[in-house]
Amino acid sequence: MSLSVISFLVENKPGVLFNISNNIRRKNFNIHSITAIAGEGEDTTRITITSRGDPKEIDKLVEQMNKMVDIIIVKRLDPLRTIQRDMALVKLHTADPMAQEEALEIINKYKGLILDIKPDTVIAQITGSVNEVNDFTKEVTHIGIIEAARTGITAIEKGWVTLKEP
Amino acid sequence: MTEMTGSKAYIKTLEQEGITHIFGITGAALIPICDALLDSKIRYVPGVHEQGSAHMADGYARASGKPGIVQVTSGPGATNIVTGVATAQLDSSPLVAFTGQVPMSMVGTDAFQEVDIIGVTASITKWNHQVRDPARIPWAVKAGLHIANTGRKGAVVIDLPKNITQETAEMDFDVEIDFSGYKPRITPSPSELDWAAKLLAEAEKPVIVAGGGIVSSGAGKELTELAEILMAPTATSLMGKGSIASNHPLSLGLCGMHGREEANYMVPDADVLFVAGSRFSDRTTGSLAGFAPNARVIHMDIDKSEIDKNVDSVTRIWGDAKHSLIGLIDRVKTIKRSQNGDWTKKIQEFKRSYQEPNDNSDITGPAVIRAIRNALPSNAIVTTDVGQHQMLAAIHYDVYEPCTFLTSGGLGTMGWGVPAAIGAKAALPDRKVLSICGDGGFHMTENNLSTAVDDDFPIIVVLLNNRMLGMVAQWQRLFMNGRYAAVQRNYSVDYTELVKDYGAHGVRIESMKQLNTELTRAVGADYTTVIEVPMDPEENVYPMIPPGMGLKDILTED
Ligand SMILES: Cc1ncc(C[n+]2csc(CCOP(=O)(O)OP(=O)(O)O)c2C)c(N)n1
Repeated sequence: MSLSVISFLVENKPGVLFNISNNIRRKNFNIHSITAIAGEGEDTTRITITSRGDPKEIDKLVEQMNKMVDIIIVKRLDPLRTIQRDMALVKLHTADPMAQEEALEIINKYKGLILDIKPDTVIAQITGSVNEVNDFTKEVTHIGIIEAARTGITAIEKGWVTLKEP
Repeated sequence: MTEMTGSKAYIKTLEQEGITHIFGITGAALIPICDALLDSKIRYVPGVHEQGSAHMADGYARASGKPGIVQVTSGPGATNIVTGVATAQLDSSPLVAFTGQVPMSMVGTDAFQEVDIIGVTASITKWNHQVRDPARIPWAVKAGLHIANTGRKGAVVIDLPKNITQETAEMDFDVEIDFSGYKPRITPSPSELDWAAKLLAEAEKPVIVAGGGIVSSGAGKELTELAEILMAPTATSLMGKGSIASNHPLSLGLCGMHGREEANYMVPDADVLFVAGSRFSDRTTGSLAGFAPNARVIHMDIDKSEIDKNVDSVTRIWGDAKHSLIGLIDRVKTIKRSQNGDWTKKIQEFKRSYQEPNDNSDITGPAVIRAIRNALPSNAIVTTDVGQHQMLAAIHYDVYEPCTFLTSGGLGTMGWGVPAAIGAKAALPDRKVLSICGDGGFHMTENNLSTAVDDDFPIIVVLLNNRMLGMVAQWQRLFMNGRYAAVQRNYSVDYTELVKDYGAHGVRIESMKQLNTELTRAVGADYTTVIEVPMDPEENVYPMIPPGMGLKDILTED
């Protein structure tokens, strides 16, 4: 089943994220990724959650959450017009100079950044669609991933459509 | 702006919002609040168990349409109201619960009597909130009342840490309540009304199913008017009972699992089904395949998330029932439906063929319910508990006015009937209030009778005692080859004696004649009476649709 992207604009208050995840749990959906940050100098937080499930059922969940007092806006983004990005920080084991060279090549291919380079490790920053980040991870697996951290998806719709002006 | 303590501000805001009763039990976390309450005209109704207090506040709210207030201490006081809060929320009743809490400095330390009631009630409230600044008390109280009693009504919990109620602050009692994420829709869009009106006008066999939304929005009159214009027979869900008077020629009565035959046979025959303020609960629809298979469904609801949730509609009306119905009536009032067209004739035929036998000589469920109706004034309020007696009442008790039949529908909470009746009596002291109970549910909360007596809220209880957890026993008789498990009760308690110790009058009847006499006496009296009616433990409630079957798969007596 495809990933649905749900975007929220919520009051920046304790408990709101708890209420959202509690609701998602109750309907037996699993959160695949979640990103959230409070708007600068604002009382609101923008949250992006992705989950796998029948889009029709996700829409019902969205309607339920729309009722929550502290949620200002919630919407399942239209997959056809949504741009989504994921970012990974990947630490690779590159003690072997050949491995290091190969790692740098692959990082370059994915237009990644090299954030740290030590005699035996490299940290890369890879940004792209979920698939691009997945592909990168696959390609470097044989070199040796020591640790990886991903932000999860954040997303926005094309054109003049915004969360506030649907 | 005035400077005062949080407790005083709490009471003052409640007064300003027109609150006249608080139900509850006190405790350490509430000492400052209860002290401030001494100087107020608000009546404090002390309970015997917080669950009962919550049901009282719920009954108060359902009878009066005003928010009901329950106020309990932290920890066990707060957890004891969980059932009451969930009951109110599931039936969209405006209950506002104020819970005491340990001081902010101790929150999160597992302090004595600390429970994270905000976390506990998150999924059973419309909104909940912990106040963390005394100056925000007027705002929180007003916001809680506003959210509970607007839009689709529901339960709210406000948590009050003790230090917040003790500290003083500059209080703004004119603070505005404005949530950017909460703007309940009242008026539906004109195009939705146009579409619905067009469908209804074209309908040859229109049927209405009315739900609790009609009762809670006070739209019974409008619904009846619409039914008359359309000549549409009208069934109700359990919560919708009272939307149309039971003796109205177009009233079909209850539909669903224990629906009346005329309702369950007519609903699936509709070509246009107008579902008004009902959420298509599985208890109302039976299996969805058998529910109006050929009908074009118009769904009217104040809660958009209910529309198309269980049943796909052809068109929706999203808005408050009363406003929506006024708009609809305006659009269809010129329709002239013949009084003796095919559909109208069929309605009359159906209603005639399912007239219930009026045999009132033996003590049977239906006869007891009819006797209660005969003894009560038309505006009396009846509450029920949960079980067979509840379904008997739902099928056979005639209701003439909205908000006079109160029952726990969504949660089906045993023990609700007696305390809810006390709350209803507190709201409307001039009305007769009677609770129909089974022995199982009565025994769960019968101790609330001491509040009825000591605080002078006289009610009548008719206790249908079958010495069984009857409804479960019925399922075992019908679907488990009669193997009884965990339903037989051999309590040695004598209820008529027990209730005397609470100060109520208790009597056991032995015949229908004696029941009528006792009912007449109890209705004329101004004290609390419990009438125990010995019932046949093997009696089943019919009609019934087995779980998972369609509306027409009706089991009956024979
Ligand atoms: C608090 C609670 N516990 C259990 C149940 C399950 N239950 C539903 S009906 C019923 C039997 C009720 O028996 P009684 O109160 O004697 O009424 P009767 O069905 O005999 O009229 C039970 C146990 C419930 N609805 N609520």
